[in-house]
Amino acid sequence: MKASKILPLLSLLFFVLLWQGLAVLINDNTLPTPILVSQVFWQEIVSGQLPHHLGITLLRLIASFSIAMLLGCALGIALGSSQKLDAFFDNWLVIFLNIPALVTIILCYVWFGLIESAAILAVVINKLPNVIVTIREGTKALDKDLLEMAHCFHFSKRKIFAHVIWPQLHPFVMAATRTGLALIWKIILVVELLGRSDGMGYQLHLFFQLFDVASILAYTLAFIAVIQTIELFILKPLDRQALRWKR
Amino acid sequence: MSDIHIHIKNKSYPTAQEDKEYIIENLNMSLPSNEFICLIGPSGCGKTTLLNIIAKIDTDFQGEITQDHQALHPSIGYIFQNPRLLPWRTVRENIELVFDSQVSADYITSLLKSMQLEAFQHSYPEHLSLGMSRRVSIIRAFAINPEILLLDEPFVSLDAPTARQVRELLIKLWHQRPHTILFVTHDLREAITLADRLIFLSASPMSVVSEIEVTIPRDQRNNEHAIEDFRQSLLRDYPAINDLL
Repeated sequence: MKASKILPLLSLLFFVLLWQGLAVLINDNTLPTPILVSQVFWQEIVSGQLPHHLGITLLRLIASFSIAMLLGCALGIALGSSQKLDAFFDNWLVIFLNIPALVTIILCYVWFGLIESAAILAVVINKLPNVIVTIREGTKALDKDLLEMAHCFHFSKRKIFAHVIWPQLHPFVMAATRTGLALIWKIILVVELLGRSDGMGYQLHLFFQLFDVASILAYTLAFIAVIQTIELFILKPLDRQALRWKR
Repeated sequence: MSDIHIHIKNKSYPTAQEDKEYIIENLNMSLPSNEFICLIGPSGCGKTTLLNIIAKIDTDFQGEITQDHQALHPSIGYIFQNPRLLPWRTVRENIELVFDSQVSADYITSLLKSMQLEAFQHSYPEHLSLGMSRRVSIIRAFAINPEILLLDEPFVSLDAPTARQVRELLIKLWHQRPHTILFVTHDLREAITLADRLIFLSASPMSVVSEIEVTIPRDQRNNEHAIEDFRQSLLRDYPAINDLL
């Protein structure tokens, strides 16, 4: 095996060993050993608890992420291509970008009740401004030469979008996707903690009250695994597919 | 097809200063159909702007472009100064994209063959040399069989043999299927070799200085002496041209 493949594995092994060493040294419930955590992890999977709550959180993630991305791309392109619209809505964006996540979550629950749609809405409102800003910058940076070429050769609107605009927005969409996933993960847990009776956030809250650090770490493990899977099996192949043409 | 009349009263670009400076003013020219016309003028005088106006990329001007007293709606092939290929589409896809409907694969293959690009049809433009990219952009413009072909200094930064090769191909294709060609260049020799008619343009604001027909027969355009003689007599008869080169 090449060094580039061995080194990450070695570093991971070193990390686990360090953790194990510290846990043995401290010998306290607040830092369980990796062995104990993996045992709890396994029990939670077998009992069906972890898959259930992880599944619910994932569903919320998919729903809020899709809404935020679709809406954000449409609005971002609109703002990026019209100076007037951009000038008008720029203030709104700045306001929404700076509202703390906790505030939108609380307000959504207060205004719409402790219901599923309020939870999703809270996540969307937190994520949307980021997507809009990223896509807006991408739209502003579109290559005018290529757009002129497309007009000159009478490309249809659909063709211009699919073959001229979208490939140029792709890196921006990917950036919005990556930062978006990381952000939504974190916000969704708070949303669940405050107003839902299932999902990862709710479970973590429960473990916190019980001071059950082993379970908290076991759930975190599941979390990291899911994110890595998304990165490896969805985002990376998408990147490779779209960036074939680059030197 | 009848002549195309270009009348541009004025054209300006927004500047930092309040007062407008016209880049084109009172420019009138007629383009006889199926003629090969070379536009010659100092760099920065607005030749590209003129082509963009004809191609309807730039509509922010005072004036009109007409054919049979009607607004002009021909199909236009534009070979830009830079090839302007879509970098994320292959050579073949770049050509296919200019067609509205499905186009026969054989037709595109034959065009690619004519430019010796068949082997690169599935390459991405970033992996091509500039000369190859230019050839692709030429195929793209030819493929749609345009009524008017606009070329904006298409042969700069090509090495001499490649430029000659592409030039000959351009003439060959034009003979096969006559259409109006508007060719912008700095190079008087190149212009004389290619054109039926030379139009000399002045700078800031741009307008037509003189129109000259090239009288050398087509079969003698390869004769460098004939070209050089014509150039010398041109510079002698129209001394003002010297300032425009």
